[in-house]
Amino acid sequence: MADSQGTQGREIATEARDRVRFEEEALELADQVYRVARRLVRTKEEAEDLMQETYARAFRSWRSFTPGTNLRAWLLRILTNLNIDRGRRQQRTPDMQPMEEGDYFLYNRLEEATPERTDEERVIERLSQDDIVSALSSVPHDFRDAIVLVDIGDFSYQEAAQILDVPVGTIMSRLHRGRRILKQQLAETTVGER
Amino acid sequence: MGATLDPCLWCEEVLQPYLDRELSESERAQAQAHLDECDDCARRYRFEENLRLLVRQAAPEKMPPELKQKLAALRTPLL
Repeated sequence: MADSQGTQGREIATEARDRVRFEEEALELADQVYRVARRLVRTKEEAEDLMQETYARAFRSWRSFTPGTNLRAWLLRILTNLNIDRGRRQQRTPDMQPMEEGDYFLYNRLEEATPERTDEERVIERLSQDDIVSALSSVPHDFRDAIVLVDIGDFSYQEAAQILDVPVGTIMSRLHRGRRILKQQLAETTVGER
Repeated sequence: MGATLDPCLWCEEVLQPYLDRELSESERAQAQAHLDECDDCARRYRFEENLRLLVRQAAPEKMPPELKQKLAALRTPLL
């Protein structure tokens, strides 16, 4: 009896230790998770709410995390699911016309508009941080999620696919279309409609 | 690379996976070899790389310290 109580006590202590370690590791990643969250939603307030909901859920369901796997991806999977659940996705992805122009489109447009064509540094100088933030926020959600996870979150295609629960091919096509929309927006804000 | 495909067109096609580090070793080497000799493509690649950097920096804000405290307070109490 005393032995079984002792075993039980040790199990409780082990579980408490594992939980505390999990919570510490999750909190250490909070800055990185926030950077992604901040660009998935429009406002700072939304990002903060989403972070709190994510961490509350993560701490409740910590047992479902497999130690040794990617905790940052696990947290972002919770976060992106919550973001969808909260109905922030009411905006349907508009059926945007696919751009016929290729990937060099923005460069070509900016280069044309830059007097005394020089090098790519002069061309990139035409883009400001504000332009990027505003262009990014106008990219439809599904495409933006892929861009934010890969470009800001630094996830691979495979990891982004797992986080958003879609095939890798879908991530690739969303990135492709999303980046073109981003460039289209940037071209419009910096050099205007053609 | 298809024998008939123009190397500049092929480079444009693989631009995104190249920058995402998702190309195979041999594809990467093939792209690199073209970039070493084609200034037009190299300039466009550098531009795209800088654009990526700008997008990455579009999330510079640090998490507000109050939020960090709120998250820490969500932990399960020890007792």
